[in-house]
Amino acid sequence: MSKKDDKQEVETTGHSWDGIEEYNNPLPRWWLWTFYVTILWGVLYTIAYPAWPLISGATPGFLGFSTRADVAEDIAAVDAANASNLEALRTVELASLASNTDLQNFAVNAGAALFRANCSQCHGAGAAGVQASGYPNLLDDAWLWGGTVDDIAFTISHGIRNEQSDDTRWSEMPAFGEILEEEDITNVVQFVRQISGQDHDAALATPGAVVFEENCSSCHGEAGMGDRELGAPNLTDAIWLYGGSVETLSDTVANSRFGVMPAWSEEFRGASGLSQAEINAVAAYVHQLGGGE
Amino acid sequence: MSDYLKLVVLGVIAVFAAIAANFGRDLAYQVHAIIILAVAGGLFLWVLRNTDEPKPVIDETQYADGVVRAGAIATTLWGVVGFLVGVVIAFQLAFPALNIEWAQPYANFGRLRPLHTSAVIFAFGGNALICTSFYVVQRTSAARLWGGNLAWFVFWGYQLFIVLAATGYVLGATQSKEYAEPEWYVDIWLTIVWVAYLAVFLGTIVKRKEPHIYVANWFYLSFIVTVALLHVVNNLSIPVSIWGSRSVQVFAGVQDAMTQWWYGHNAVGFFLTAGFLAMMYYFVPKQVGRPVYSYKLSIIHFWALIFLYIWAGPHHLHYTALPDWASTLGMVFSIILWMPSWGGMINGLMTLSGAWDKLRTDPIVRMMVISIGFYGMSTFEGPMMSIRAVNSLSHYTDWTIGHVHSGALGWNGMITFSCLYFLVPRLWNRERLYSLSAVNWHFWLATIGIVLYAASMWVTGIMEGLMWREVDANGFLVNSFADTVSAKFPMYVVRGLGGLLFLAGSLIMCWNLWMTVRSAPERTHSAAIPAE
Repeated sequence: MSKKDDKQEVETTGHSWDGIEEYNNPLPRWWLWTFYVTILWGVLYTIAYPAWPLISGATPGFLGFSTRADVAEDIAAVDAANASNLEALRTVELASLASNTDLQNFAVNAGAALFRANCSQCHGAGAAGVQASGYPNLLDDAWLWGGTVDDIAFTISHGIRNEQSDDTRWSEMPAFGEILEEEDITNVVQFVRQISGQDHDAALATPGAVVFEENCSSCHGEAGMGDRELGAPNLTDAIWLYGGSVETLSDTVANSRFGVMPAWSEEFRGASGLSQAEINAVAAYVHQLGGGE
Repeated sequence: MSDYLKLVVLGVIAVFAAIAANFGRDLAYQVHAIIILAVAGGLFLWVLRNTDEPKPVIDETQYADGVVRAGAIATTLWGVVGFLVGVVIAFQLAFPALNIEWAQPYANFGRLRPLHTSAVIFAFGGNALICTSFYVVQRTSAARLWGGNLAWFVFWGYQLFIVLAATGYVLGATQSKEYAEPEWYVDIWLTIVWVAYLAVFLGTIVKRKEPHIYVANWFYLSFIVTVALLHVVNNLSIPVSIWGSRSVQVFAGVQDAMTQWWYGHNAVGFFLTAGFLAMMYYFVPKQVGRPVYSYKLSIIHFWALIFLYIWAGPHHLHYTALPDWASTLGMVFSIILWMPSWGGMINGLMTLSGAWDKLRTDPIVRMMVISIGFYGMSTFEGPMMSIRAVNSLSHYTDWTIGHVHSGALGWNGMITFSCLYFLVPRLWNRERLYSLSAVNWHFWLATIGIVLYAASMWVTGIMEGLMWREVDANGFLVNSFADTVSAKFPMYVVRGLGGLLFLAGSLIMCWNLWMTVRSAPERTHSAAIPAE
């Protein structure tokens, strides 16, 4: 084998650099022809597709290809296919949507996609929320502002504590750290743990009941059941927006919370907002996740 | 006389740096001013102590190898740093808790990522290129480096650039251009160093005693010249203040994006391809002891490569604000580039024909072969990914990361390791490496590491690309972005482990090179070859 190699061995170029020489082998045929083919393909491709810059614009290519036109066509096709459903969804009576099975299925699919793109950043891809950051869980039965499809659609449209909308959901709990003594806060926290059925210190909860009666009951109700009109949460259901530990509750009472949600309607967000049909779809999707009323 | 001039210049720089440290508007700028103050002040004292002392006599008939030795050490150390940061950020992606709270904002992924890329490309790769080019150009020109101590200026100036860039990233100074993150004054400094580098290299070629310029030097020269051009144009910016690190780019919008990727792609083309091909063209025939396969092929593929590469940048911007015509041209030139890239692979591999048995006996040759193999694979994968239809799936996914690393770890890493194994015994006048079986261990750890890395990124890249574009019958998206992130978790762990193996191999290399210098037997025959 090696002998045959020796016979085929070509001459070197005759130079030597630090002992390195170079054979004068010809270009490998397959290499050269593949190179030619790619060049030929390149020429043909640039004739077929937009390629060569001119003084104003560029050669369009005889296939009339355009990435922007392509994507516009795709979007138009999807829009046309969904047009009748979207129109029906825009005008539907939301309370009766569930009885229209086809439209309800369409709404849930569309709403799920919109939720993934726009809502999952805070509420999570599975809509379970993030308690540590105060993003509500949308799977449970607790609704601060109501859990019917109409209520949910309204919240999505106008947001929460969103100054752009006059109709936004708005509630504001005082920061009781500036109003109550530290001892009172300790006591009322124990009382709240008592009515929510958690471990508590009964000796502290008893004076805490008085503090609650005087300071909290006007919004949260005598029994701590909350008030949806005011957006005041029910404190007895052991479902917490920020958490029910002594530490978290003390923080909430002393400093209060002020979570916000954007208003998603096109009215407030322009082109980056959601259309009425889209808002209805998201509402239908969230409603059927488990907690809808 | 020249000492007095140096004292004046260093003194002015030190005073200016002291003023800058006082007036600095941001932390990175102030820290950099203090670093420059310390360097200029230290050099001032050093020059002062040596002023009017007799100068050491330099034997002009010998090759200047001190700077090459320093380069070999710098390459090895920066390599380990770069790989280590890479492993850290790989695990940060898998386990976000590793963005440790108390180390914020300095050690978050966003700041460590450019530290990793710059450390491996510019600190490890750049030092490898400067060090080997100084070695190769002297041998193949039979001439000592031109410019006396200018080569030392290039070496230390380049290290200063690396330190300024790295500390800048961690302290939050960046102009937000990938692989060109350092701010304006660091860019100006690199430009000065680079021009000096060009002068040393070109000066040595001009005074060569060989009638022809060896092919490795064509590649080195194209790399040095083109990188200078790319660096200057892509970093054109106006400082907001001379007392701060912020600056404003002169290009805007899609022009800025196009300039950036013209730079970015040719950083790959001329830094990581042309420069490293130069290393291959010298060290492979030397290690194998065979002539280069084809002189003709080397000419044709050299000119084709440097002509075509410069047009390929737009393929990084398919389906963006870039006009379709530019995107088409980027794609077409990338595909025509396939064969010119492979010309280097053929010349490297075929140089081994007649000496294939060395694959069995010489682990350094094995490293060279696998690096050329990875080169061939990445330069096929690159043109393929530049095709618009493929790119619409692969772009923005981990496939790109896998592609880059099969090139960077496989090609750039492995060829650099083999060059270091070649150089260190010769530079420190040792008979042989301390341990060939340690080289073998390095080879296998690195190879398995690369395979784990590339394979996991292919899988997760294609998976997330498919998940992103998945729509239901009505055209609605099926997955949220967070779904794709959680689906990638196992592959992120595998990728981190691959990086860990690669890092372990490089630590074995450090130990082996250290032991070679310390305790391998000295070379007895034919000491240093004179530069004649």
